[in-house]
Amino acid sequence: MADLRVNIAGLELANPVLTASGTFGYGIEYADFIDLSRVGGIIVKGTTLHPREGNPYPRMAETAQGMLNCVGLQNKGVDYFCTHIYPQIKDVRTNMIVNVSGNSPEDYAECAARINELECIPAIELNISCPNVRHGGMAFGTTTDGAASVVRAVREAYGKTLVVKLSPNVTSITDIALAVQDAGADAVSLINTLMGMAIDVEKRKRVLSIGTGGLSGPCIKPVALRMVYQVAHAVRIPVIGLGGISNAKDAVEFLLAGASAIEIGTANFLDPTVSVKVAEGIGEYLDRHGFASVKEIVGICE
Amino acid sequence: MKKYVLDLRVTSVESLSERHLLLVATNPSGALPEMCPGQFAQLRIDDSKETFLRRPISIHTLDRTKNEVSFLVQMIGQGTSSLRMKRPGSLLNAVLPLGRGFTMPASAREQFLLVGGGIGIAPLLFMGMEMQRMGIRPTFLLGARSASDLLRMDAYRACGDVYVTTEDGSEGEKGFVTQHSLLQQRRFDRIAVCGPKPMMMAMASYAKKTGTPCEVSLENMMACGLGACLCCVEDTADGNVCVCKEGPVFDIKKLKWQI
Repeated sequence: MADLRVNIAGLELANPVLTASGTFGYGIEYADFIDLSRVGGIIVKGTTLHPREGNPYPRMAETAQGMLNCVGLQNKGVDYFCTHIYPQIKDVRTNMIVNVSGNSPEDYAECAARINELECIPAIELNISCPNVRHGGMAFGTTTDGAASVVRAVREAYGKTLVVKLSPNVTSITDIALAVQDAGADAVSLINTLMGMAIDVEKRKRVLSIGTGGLSGPCIKPVALRMVYQVAHAVRIPVIGLGGISNAKDAVEFLLAGASAIEIGTANFLDPTVSVKVAEGIGEYLDRHGFASVKEIVGICE
Repeated sequence: MKKYVLDLRVTSVESLSERHLLLVATNPSGALPEMCPGQFAQLRIDDSKETFLRRPISIHTLDRTKNEVSFLVQMIGQGTSSLRMKRPGSLLNAVLPLGRGFTMPASAREQFLLVGGGIGIAPLLFMGMEMQRMGIRPTFLLGARSASDLLRMDAYRACGDVYVTTEDGSEGEKGFVTQHSLLQQRRFDRIAVCGPKPMMMAMASYAKKTGTPCEVSLENMMACGLGACLCCVEDTADGNVCVCKEGPVFDIKKLKWQI
């Protein structure tokens, strides 16, 4: 059996499969279905300095091979996370990574500083790319200066592995990736959802409560794959690929494009056990093609 | 309650009307898990090109002796309609049991009224059958557009007293369930409601006026069904909560409905 272990800027993963923020709760929601230690890591729900109620219902619209959501970062804030959620997840035997969001560089930094104190959280994923919050979120992720300012502020407050999640809703995702690399990011993950819209023709109204939402699922995979390829060829830091990955073949495509690890998001809704199946399937692929380690295939696609 | 992803085998598919299916399935790999009335399953949709997600469908009956679970499905869009392609022996992948169900009677003396409208009658048969096992005979108040939309009435009558309304007056009293004369004549210890939102709000209003404890089952659009994606939220006294996890059954006191 091929060696599935990967190292993302000091973060040791048992295999390259992570579960994407906002699609896997705090991991415990899926504990009935899979042994959580069999995924490389779990990126938990987006956490902010202060509690957020999120956007009103409806927050979801089904699309062909995908879905739109405008949840809007509903969470009970970092204090609640530290006191109520962390004790429930700290002993899960995989990397528990917290996705951090905010309204200002100071918010992000303060939230990250609180999580820095949690012994069993080895990394954070900085969400500078949420399309569903009015102030902040994607606003930082769509300019090189904005992205760099948040990353610099967090870098000062946070000593462990810092992954920055990038928005595809930009002219050049490569420029943003280079900017966050220079500002001190240890790795980048991409892509977040693509901004989209759905209209109910019977009601002649937009479906989602705030009108627009983030598109995810297999329909975005080709866009994600192209962006991962471009970014991986431009930056020195590791790239984590996500966007519509539903099976091991999809995951291998991202690895070949240059991702050192991958995240599974929306596919978790269709099959709660898919993350473990993808990890196993990557191993089978490597064995079938005679690779000794998953590292051997990262970025080998010309 | 532990949740499972199961490859069920369909044992029968019965067309009850142009719009309704009764899907019965067994678990070939062991005993079906325990489940409660009001809980639901996320059924994988295999034969529909335009849909993407699973479909949340309430547990209609659970037969522990025959190891069978059934789903009463209203075919609304392409996803639910594609379930008519299932045949005996077909695979039916289900995630279950999900959510929190109805409060069951604490003693055999409690008088329960189970109110269903349209396809909302589905989970109430499971509830009635579970009450029958406890030696309790509930009262059903069931509403439909017309007599042909009243499904499986014999099964309901076998475990409870059934009162009916139809909008066109083709069976039972004419009008909505909330206008049925039974509600003026009798009081109950508890009311369980499942149906269209305006009907549930009207029943909730009746329950509030008469001081009767009342639970309703919501059907907000869901993606994961597990409390992970936070798409199906309802604004409640506890803030936005997931209908799939904290519900689908809610005490009306928790909801912010204007009743």
